[in-house]
Amino acid sequence: MPRIVFIDANSRREVLATSGISLMEVARQNQIEGILAQCGGACACATCHVYVAPQWMDQLPAREDMEQGMLENAWEPKDNSRLSCQITVSEALDGLEVTIPERQG
Amino acid sequence: MIANIIVVGAGQAGAQAVDTLRREGFAGRLILVGDEAQLPYQRPPLSKKFLAGEMTEDRLMFRHQPFYDEHQIELHLATGVTRIDPATRSITCTSESLQYDRLLLCLGTTSRLLTCPGAQLAGIHYLRCLADAIQIRSHIKPAARAVIIGGGYIGLETAATCRTMGCEVTVLEMADRVMNRVASPCVSQYFSDRHSAHGVNIVCNSRVVQIEGLNQVERVVCADGSQYDADFVIVGIGAMAASSLASAAGLNCDNGIVVDEFCRTSDPHIYAAGDCTNHPSIHYGRRIRLESVDNAVEQAKTAALNMLGREVKHDRVPWFWSDQFDNKLLIAGLSDGHDELIVRGDPTQRVFSVCYLKEHALIAIEAVNQPKDYMAARKLIADRTPLDAGKIPRIDTLLKEAV
Ligand SMILES: Cc1cc2nc3c(=O)[nH]c(=O)nc-3n(C[C@H](O)[C@H](O)[C@H](O)COP(=O)(O)OP(=O)(O)OC[C@H]3O[C@@H](n4cnc5c(N)ncnc54)[C@H](O)[C@@H]3O)c2cc1C
Ligand code: FES
Repeated sequence: MPRIVFIDANSRREVLATSGISLMEVARQNQIEGILAQCGGACACATCHVYVAPQWMDQLPAREDMEQGMLENAWEPKDNSRLSCQITVSEALDGLEVTIPERQG
Repeated sequence: MIANIIVVGAGQAGAQAVDTLRREGFAGRLILVGDEAQLPYQRPPLSKKFLAGEMTEDRLMFRHQPFYDEHQIELHLATGVTRIDPATRSITCTSESLQYDRLLLCLGTTSRLLTCPGAQLAGIHYLRCLADAIQIRSHIKPAARAVIIGGGYIGLETAATCRTMGCEVTVLEMADRVMNRVASPCVSQYFSDRHSAHGVNIVCNSRVVQIEGLNQVERVVCADGSQYDADFVIVGIGAMAASSLASAAGLNCDNGIVVDEFCRTSDPHIYAAGDCTNHPSIHYGRRIRLESVDNAVEQAKTAALNMLGREVKHDRVPWFWSDQFDNKLLIAGLSDGHDELIVRGDPTQRVFSVCYLKEHALIAIEAVNQPKDYMAARKLIADRTPLDAGKIPRIDTLLKEAV
């Protein structure tokens, strides 16, 4: 099972994830605060925004147009912004670190 | 002291409400009662990825059992509430009666039913809950003939899914265009064209008058005499607020359970949230009833906070999405009362948005495969930013810069 690290202003939590589901679902299952995921993974709300640790950016498939467009007007987008519902967890992502923004939406 | 809170209806709003109540420190007894057998789950995939077999049932659930155990949320599933007695502050369920200090109703909607002869035949389905979706899924196979009555969101989304899975699909719409109550003619035309291109037969101006078949549906008959052979039928002709429980208890109801901006009903101990409410839109200055995830989630939060004594108003610009084939329609705001409609981009390029203005400010947008406009519009609408209408159609200018 791949390990995923969620970081926010106050804490750092490592969780074990199930391969094949999205990073957003991993966060939800583990009650990670700050990932709201209102649309449930439809790429329609941008409330599952995370910053991916720079060393991991290359390991992830590129953003599709829809994700790119949602992110551009999300809260404080950066080069390493991703929508966690669009990232599928796999063994290859063992050790992935993501930081949760101060706000969503 | 509020020691007991009961939430009735374990759907989108109900699940959010118990979550928020615990998160915000409510330490009393918390009960969530729902008439469906499953843990609370999300409905949008029922017409999309779940129906297409791309998503399993356990991925629909908002939370799994350990969450409810850990937060001491008592789940009473497969339990219908049959009566509310405001005088004794109690509800009657299938097998017991429960007391509350505060009650939150998150009852959702019920499907509008077809009433023509033959409407009871086997093979005719509505799509509101997981059980419906599982039944519909059992019919979907290559070359099966699906007739879909109603060209709204649910009708068109299921049409797209059935077609993608190889069914022969006909959509019968009574009005002169699909999505006529929810989208502009331009967006209706676009989606109609996309469906046709994928081989869905969309027939407008067709009123279903009868469904025929021996024991099982065999064909659908329209007022003009036209007939459509069917192996199964999906009816998506709208929904009504599930407010009968509330009106029987004497709560004020009018196209939904009437609540104020604090999600309070006409009884001081009873709140309501989600699809079942008729509530004030502060932004638009009128009463509305919505069927959307965002509204259910946000009203549930508002209701939870107010039950805990914090005065918080529900003040949102509504938003919604729909997935049909590889197209995503993103809608924000309410378009009623607009004085100007501007199309940005080119529908033939499959990326465009329809902007609705009132007194130079954006009040709503329908964005097709255009997330940037949609996200920008949500802010522009909320802030009532005055726009320069002349700049809006220029696709080389960002919408947020059309000021
Ligand atoms: C197929 C489908 C696709 C959708 N797609 C989208 C979409 O793409 N985007 C979007 O924003 N919205 C979509 N929606 C709408 C969205 O799912 C609803 O707006 C949302 O679920 C409303 O939440 P709610 O809690 O008010 O009601 P619901 O989620 O419907 O929950 C109400 C619950 O209360 C239960 N209940 C009712 N009466 C009783 C009783 N007397 N006792 C016990 N339990 C009771 C019901 O069985 C139900 O479980 C879709 C809906 C459907 C059906
Ligand atoms: S959950 Fe809505 S965009 Fe990811």
